[in-house]
Parts: sequence; C-alpha cells; structure tokens
Amino acid sequence: MIKDVTIESINIMKKGLILLLLAFSLSVNAHAGTDGQNDLSKNPNGEVKDCFEGINRGVFAFNQALDQLIIEPVAKGYRFLPSPIRSGTSNFLSNLSLVVTIPNNLLQGEMGLAGKNSARFVVNSTVGILGLFDPASKMGLNSYEKEDYGQTLGRWGVNEGCYLVLPVLGPSTVRDTIGDVVGYLGGDPWYNVTVRNDTHYFSDFDYYASVATLGIDFRAKNIESFENLEKNSLDFYASVKSLYLQDRKRKILNSDEITDTLDDSDWEEIDTN
Amino acid sequence: MYSSKIIKKLNFYLIFGLIFFSFNISQSKEPINFVEEVTSKASNVLMTSFDKEEKIKKLRKIAEENVDIRGVGFYSLGKHRKKINKSQLNEYHSLFKEYFLKSFSSRLSEYTDPKINVLSQEILSPKYTIVSSILVASENRPEIKIEWRVYTKNPEKPLIRDLIIEGISLARTQKEEFNSVIQSAEGDINALFDNLRKFNN
Repeated sequence: MIKDVTIESINIMKKGLILLLLAFSLSVNAHAGTDGQNDLSKNPNGEVKDCFEGINRGVFAFNQALDQLIIEPVAKGYRFLPSPIRSGTSNFLSNLSLVVTIPNNLLQGEMGLAGKNSARFVVNSTVGILGLFDPASKMGLNSYEKEDYGQTLGRWGVNEGCYLVLPVLGPSTVRDTIGDVVGYLGGDPWYNVTVRNDTHYFSDFDYYASVATLGIDFRAKNIESFENLEKNSLDFYASVKSLYLQDRKRKILNSDEITDTLDDSDWEEIDTN
Repeated sequence: MYSSKIIKKLNFYLIFGLIFFSFNISQSKEPINFVEEVTSKASNVLMTSFDKEEKIKKLRKIAEENVDIRGVGFYSLGKHRKKINKSQLNEYHSLFKEYFLKSFSSRLSEYTDPKINVLSQEILSPKYTIVSSILVASENRPEIKIEWRVYTKNPEKPLIRDLIIEGISLARTQKEEFNSVIQSAEGDINALFDNLRKFNN
C-alpha cells in the first residue's frame, strides 16, 4: 500500500516536472530572443499568433454547432429555473472553484488573498450550507476573482504560446491548456476526490456534472451578449479570440486599472479635432 | 486718488477675469458629467414605449453626436491605416460610419432596463479621460463594469472613443476583427470593404 502511494507520488512528481520544464522552455523561448518575444507564438506587434488557425476555425465551427444544438437550448431552459435555484447553483460552483483558486493564490505569492479566500471557503461551506449561500460576501470577504494554473504560469512570465480552440471547452492558449493539465495531474482537489481517486464519497459523474453545470450557468448569463456579438461581427471567430485573450491578460495582471491592461500607444496618434 | 484708480482697475480685471473664467467653465464639459448625460439620454430612449425602429433612430442620433466615429474607425484599421490611399480612406470612413451606427444601435436596442451608475473619472492625459461606471445587475444579467474612454482634446466637445466592458476594449476587439478579415484575404483591404458593405445592406 505504502509502496503504491510512493510510486503514484513519484509519477505525479515526474509529470509535474515535465510540465514545469515545458512551461520553463516556453518561458525561456520567450526571453531568449533579442526582443524578448517568442518567435513561434507572437506577431512582431506583440499579439498572440494563431499558429493553427485552419484547425482552430474548424473546431470553432464544431463548437458553434454543438452550442446551437445542445448548450444554448439547455441554457435557455436553465433560465426558467427559479432565481434562488440559479443563484444557489452559481454560488455552489463559485465556492467549489476556490479549491483551485487558493493554491494558485499561494503560487502567485498572494498570501493575503489566499487567507481571505480560505476564510471565504470555510464560511460559505459551513454557514453558507456547502456554498449554496454566500454569507462571506456580507462579512466583507467579497470581490472574489477566480485563479487557475494558466494564470499562475502567466504571472510567472510564461508567454501564451499559440492560440488554441479546444473541442467543447472553447478558446485557450498553449499555456492555458498546460495549466488545465496541471489541474488534472493533481492540482485540482475536486478532480482528485471525484475522478482521480476512489474516495467512495464522490463519483466521476459529480465532477463532470459540476463542469457541465458551470458551462451552462455561464452560457445562461451571456445568452444576449453572445447573440449580439455574433449578429454584429464580421468575423465571429476573430471577435471571440480577441475577447478571450484580452480577458486572460486582465486576469493575469490581477488589475482593475485599465491603464495597466490596455496599450494606449495606438490611440495617441489618432487626432480628429 | 491714484491708488483708488488702481483699485478700480484691479476690480475691473478681477470681475472680467471671473466672468471669463466662469464662461470657460460653463463651456468645457467634465467628462464624468458628459458620460452621465449621454447614458441618461440613451436610458430614456430605451425605457420609452417607442417601437424598435424608432428607438434605433434615436440611438443613432445620440451616437452620431457623442461618439468620435471617425476616430474609432481610424483606430479600428490598426496597422492597415498607414497602407491605404486617400480615396480608400474616404470610402472606408463612410462604410465604417454606417457599420458602426447599425451595429451600435442594434446592440443597444436589445436592452430594456439599462441602469448605469456613473462613479468616477481618471484623467490619463490632456487628450483622454477614463470614466468608470456600473451597469446595474438585472434578473438575467450580473453587474457589469463599464469604462468609457473620452477624447478630451477639445474640452468643449468631449467625445466617446471606446467602451471597456469588464476590462475588454470594444475598439480593440473591433481592430483585431478587422485585421483578421484583411489577413484572411492576404492583406487585401477590399475584403474588409466587401464585408462592411454586406453588413450594411
């Protein structure tokens, strides 16, 4: 038994090491050149390169079809649920996401935030009945921002790598996909107790149901925004890509100050009056 | 005698200065007040019982008066703005104006209960001020943070150049979308013109 655990731990460490090396090599590639930019993944103007655009557009079309056939109708149905059920579901999933956010707060050196989020998790899991309610926000433990391993890699200086569109999961980058894999290799405690290990308390279904509900909850909150964006876009694929990359940039900088997240240089040369 | 003349003269300059100063104040518009005014105008239109067409007509008018459509269009061209000639630029500006007004008013007309609280402003430079606001949450939508990039080169006539929604710039999204259309056609700007024409018709 002890031997099995040891072998398992060594395997996890090996996989973790490979990922770290991969992440490090991405980072080194990014800094080895004279201009400090990864030639493989960045345009000269610093934008993330779409190295697999043909495949990405194909996967995007597949995801859109899947959305039209299944996800959007389910999301529209989800909206018919009474508001307390929807907000309870949203609170539960948000609370569950803290098990990934807290280790990432620590990895990013945000000790204060890790403490605040831990307190939030304890309060909402107990007083808030397994996270269905959010008493923590009323106690001043509000303005919660989710963190993941992709964001942590970004904070450590790892560049995005190429832009990717994953089947079902949607927009990502090489770095963010590596971040997701870190979660599957032991970094996500919820995945560990449901899928990775047989704890007798949870099953694989619990994990996949939570991920699916998270997707539906997000989709239900954004039905009009997506419709609007699609209707008014000349190239919907490019719009979604831009929105995803801007959002990730802001989340990695952990800043609400738009002066930190937006490049103003382009605006400076535009004079109309 | 001499000193009373000086005092009278000083008083004259003081009064003249005050009038001139207050006149200037009344002429220049604080960006935060300007955004408050625009959002209130748009909210009033959206909350009325006009039909959708009428609402779109009124929203277009508000956009034409308060958004620097030419500046947004120029920005949206990105690196391609340096490559096109004058006649192409003129054609682009007229196509972009129609595209912008059509997509803007169509996007906005979907909202029926937009309550926007304007919170604060940050002066970035003499040309730009960022005004922060919140779109109040509704039954089906969470609270949304909106920032307005206001072009203040002419303080008497501030103009909106960008909306930054939850940290995402709409102008930048537009620029990247246009770039993608042009790149897909191997750099041919006419592909963008064709797409804009198709959208506008």
